[in-house]
Amino acid sequence: MLKDQDRIFQNLYNDLGSDVTSSQKRGDWVNTKEITDKGRDWIINEIKESQLRGRGGAGFPTGLKWSFAPKEIGSRPHYLVINGDESEPGTCKDRDILRFEPHKLIEGCLIASYAVQAHVCYIYIRGEYFIDGQKLQAAIDEAYEKNLIGKNAAGTGWDLDIYIHYGAGAYICGEETALLESIEGKKGQPRLKPPFPALIGLYGCPTIINNVETIAVVPTILRRGGKWFASLGREKNTGTKIFCISGNVNNPCNVEEEMNIPLKELIEVHAGGVVGGWDNLKAVIPGGSSMPLIPKEKCETLTMDFDSLMAEKSGLGTAGIVVINNDQDIIKCMARIARFYKHESCGQCTPCREGSGWMWRMLERMARGEASKDEVEMLGDVTKQIEGHTICAFGEGSSWPVQGLLRHFKDEIKKRNKFDPIVKENKNIPYLVDQHLLDKNA
Amino acid sequence: MSLKRPAKDQPENFEFNASSLQAAKAMVAKYPEGRQQSAVMALLYIAQKQNNNWIPLAAMKYIAKFLDMPYIKVYEVATFYSMYNLSPVGKYFIQVCTTTPCMIRGANKLVEACKEKISEKESELSEDKSCSWMEVECLGACVNAPMMQINDDYFEDLDKEKTLKILDKILKGEIPKPGSYRGRINNEPENNRKTLMDLKNA
Repeated sequence: MLKDQDRIFQNLYNDLGSDVTSSQKRGDWVNTKEITDKGRDWIINEIKESQLRGRGGAGFPTGLKWSFAPKEIGSRPHYLVINGDESEPGTCKDRDILRFEPHKLIEGCLIASYAVQAHVCYIYIRGEYFIDGQKLQAAIDEAYEKNLIGKNAAGTGWDLDIYIHYGAGAYICGEETALLESIEGKKGQPRLKPPFPALIGLYGCPTIINNVETIAVVPTILRRGGKWFASLGREKNTGTKIFCISGNVNNPCNVEEEMNIPLKELIEVHAGGVVGGWDNLKAVIPGGSSMPLIPKEKCETLTMDFDSLMAEKSGLGTAGIVVINNDQDIIKCMARIARFYKHESCGQCTPCREGSGWMWRMLERMARGEASKDEVEMLGDVTKQIEGHTICAFGEGSSWPVQGLLRHFKDEIKKRNKFDPIVKENKNIPYLVDQHLLDKNA
Repeated sequence: MSLKRPAKDQPENFEFNASSLQAAKAMVAKYPEGRQQSAVMALLYIAQKQNNNWIPLAAMKYIAKFLDMPYIKVYEVATFYSMYNLSPVGKYFIQVCTTTPCMIRGANKLVEACKEKISEKESELSEDKSCSWMEVECLGACVNAPMMQINDDYFEDLDKEKTLKILDKILKGEIPKPGSYRGRINNEPENNRKTLMDLKNA
């Protein structure tokens, strides 16, 4: 288990209070000026050395992303946008940062803005987190009052304004270009890439977009050194991560742990074990609903990081672990996820708009045992026709969980859905129009 | 994709009142000059708050003029995002999360409770016209499942009995306390915490 002094989010459970004074006691805002005085290149290099990967799902190296920002400010201003549109089923880590560690986020915004030369930072929060957003707003107001942001923020000589932009219940706005569209006051429909936002983003200006958790860990990394962060976890999967463990466990919780921690340890030690014991485990969704599920046999030895989950044809995603035990109907669970994607598709690309509905309806019928045998293969085919044929990664996100179900539980679906419309086995049915076909085969 | 239709009975006129106007101007000031369209989402929220939790078409027209943008663009935004109510909802608007993490912990019991106490169908007003409920997708409090949102507040760690009690309170016009209904503190593992113990005991 990770040592307590290596945990970045000391106030994850709000033992200490989230106001600026208690945050300063925990080390936030202590020597922000010293950090920025070391210069942009030092900051970006240190982040590169820490091998921090984005915490929003895709796991893109953060230092590399920052280095894409133009080195000089041209005719267009630069923007920093923080993605707090956390809507992936199974994930609720950013909410705790917004309400309990807002100053880590705000300080991270200042340092990141300095590194990518942005004077304005927008924090996009999902509309449902209104109360948590109000807490963040209170923290921002506090920071303005103490001159930690604003003109000459925290004595660094850098001017920074931070604004909150609320979403309004669209999952797709967590996709970075959809998020930009949403801030611009349009429907949240993703843009084609390239051009990438680092060059043409918000209002056509260079924009760096990072997840809340990614930005909130930055100040601690710079204080303790990239080497310290890189010493946790393993190569290319370094540092700590907030894991959200939900579903059929005895003590669902959020916990910050080292990358590469065994899944079994997370479930057994932190979450109090599976309801009904480990043997009652059916499957685990390891990284939010869009990542393919992992069956019990593999959960025994699985470690939680980007690359080891990739090797299992799944992914770490947002590290929202949903534990499903044998009391649940796994097909029904996946059908519900498919309904989620059907509801949240933005409707821009046909394969996703139509296909997500197909997948949902087929899975619902499979859960009831009303599907035909052929449909199981057909469902796999539908997922393949969505994946990779859409503007954004939503197509993958909606089809991967279904593919995961087919990969590991196809037998179970087939056992339940025996209906065969061609009636190969029942011969000599007098009223069957296609009787001659059966006779020929006989 | 979700489909949303505006209500049949629409008021003729809509105008921001003084406090809404002030809030709207503050919102527009957040964005660069000439980019006032960015404030449309915030302004729709303001209109919704002023108009008993729903947005009439007249408000969209008003906002379009206010931000100097085409009416259809406002309409697009209002119909795209699910948190804008285009027809009247109760003063207490109850949203029950039924996505998988909540579902496997018994969210359907919460739906049952809503059906018993409020109305048989979702998005229908209760008898006294004060409440309405609907099923929604993930609200992002999965480790506190099952949960529901009433107006802005989250009610977490529920079961059917607790939901019935909360709904009773609301129907009586009382305001129930938000947060966990199993007495747990935030997102910590109940009675099983193994991390940051020094801080907890401090």
